[in-house]
Amino acid sequence: MKSGTCEVAMTATAADDMPLVQFTLRLADNALVLGHRLSEWCGHAPTLEEDIGLANIALDLIGQARALYTYAGTAEGRGRDEDKLAYLRDAPQYRNILLVEQPNGDFAATIVRQLLFAAFMAPFWRALSASKDATLAAIAAKAEKETAYHLRHAGEWLIRLGDGTEESHRRAQAALDEFWPYSGELFETDQVERALIKTGIVVDPATLKAEWDRTLDDILAEATLTRPAAGWMQTGGRSGRHSEHLGYILAELQFLQRAYPGASW
Amino acid sequence: MSATMQPVGKSDILARAEAAAATVVDPEIPVLTIADLGVLRAVRIARDGKVEVEITPTYSGCPAMATIALEIELALAKAGIEATRVVTVLAPAWSTDWMSPEGRRKLQDYGIAPPLKNTGRRGLFGIDAVACPRCGSAHTERLAEFGSTACKALWRCLDCREPFDHFKCH
Repeated sequence: MKSGTCEVAMTATAADDMPLVQFTLRLADNALVLGHRLSEWCGHAPTLEEDIGLANIALDLIGQARALYTYAGTAEGRGRDEDKLAYLRDAPQYRNILLVEQPNGDFAATIVRQLLFAAFMAPFWRALSASKDATLAAIAAKAEKETAYHLRHAGEWLIRLGDGTEESHRRAQAALDEFWPYSGELFETDQVERALIKTGIVVDPATLKAEWDRTLDDILAEATLTRPAAGWMQTGGRSGRHSEHLGYILAELQFLQRAYPGASW
Repeated sequence: MSATMQPVGKSDILARAEAAAATVVDPEIPVLTIADLGVLRAVRIARDGKVEVEITPTYSGCPAMATIALEIELALAKAGIEATRVVTVLAPAWSTDWMSPEGRRKLQDYGIAPPLKNTGRRGLFGIDAVACPRCGSAHTERLAEFGSTACKALWRCLDCREPFDHFKCH
């Protein structure tokens, strides 16, 4: 965490000295960016049911993001509400993992991205619902139930795609190989988490790895897909170093507030 | 104002407020009131004298919450109570187990299969056995995990062939 780019990225955030705010913002950014990505499917999904399904999941995620942003703003105490945090931070201030900002690709890619994320978030929210921080625990208890449905949805789809036609199998495996190096960031910790793990506010994600592995191995086996070999992992999103894709997301997401500051309806 | 008058006045306001808030319906499923759903958690008179109504969302992203809050304020205003405040609480997390028996019956009559009872966490991943709300057959299948609103899934009856919504366990 001592690289030059990282320091540049960190300077713009007011809450660097507040681990609880930083941690909550990371969670909120994951939920908002993935929710926005999924909303891009609206009107384009392979079937009407799936169009509705992806929009539903997007709505859950954006709902989670709103609760988390509101809490981060309150905990920070500098007058930033959910809208300010979502609309008025630029890419280097966003702390989402790189996985969630990756483009939707084909349907297999969207499902693989969703599965890698949901298979982690399900045990993560369950553990966080026992947090010593009452607000995070309440948000987590709600999100856990929603994520259970997200995980089942992604798992069932990946089994159909992997164990489907030659074409769907090929695309599912390609998506798995492409996104696998983005899964490492789910389990990363730095000084932000370590401070909160010590005080019982946050669970150490390393303790969730075995369950994530088991969930994926079960689904991949049924889907006749091959788990990519362990290897080099992408990193950087959690400290503000993003792929070029995030900028395009924010350009669309933030356009109105940038062009017409303070606009509301 | 005498010492005996005030409690009577307060409880009268509270009773009217509770009755008014309980009439507000879910804009997505208008046969259900927010009391039937378990979304209405409490009505009280706060220290500042305002009537405070506590609600909890069914799902984090439920788009009906803003409308419900507005409808509560309107219902209370119609009952002659102007100083109100609607508060959203997250804990404890809403569960379909809070849905009243009356609410379940109304859903069923409306053509939506009610959530299974007392399922808790197991219900989320257990094998669903949802009866068709039209013909009662247990010979049904799930068409899609997500339905017309966040709280519903799309099902189909294999006997009477009618598609129907199922209010998911949560």
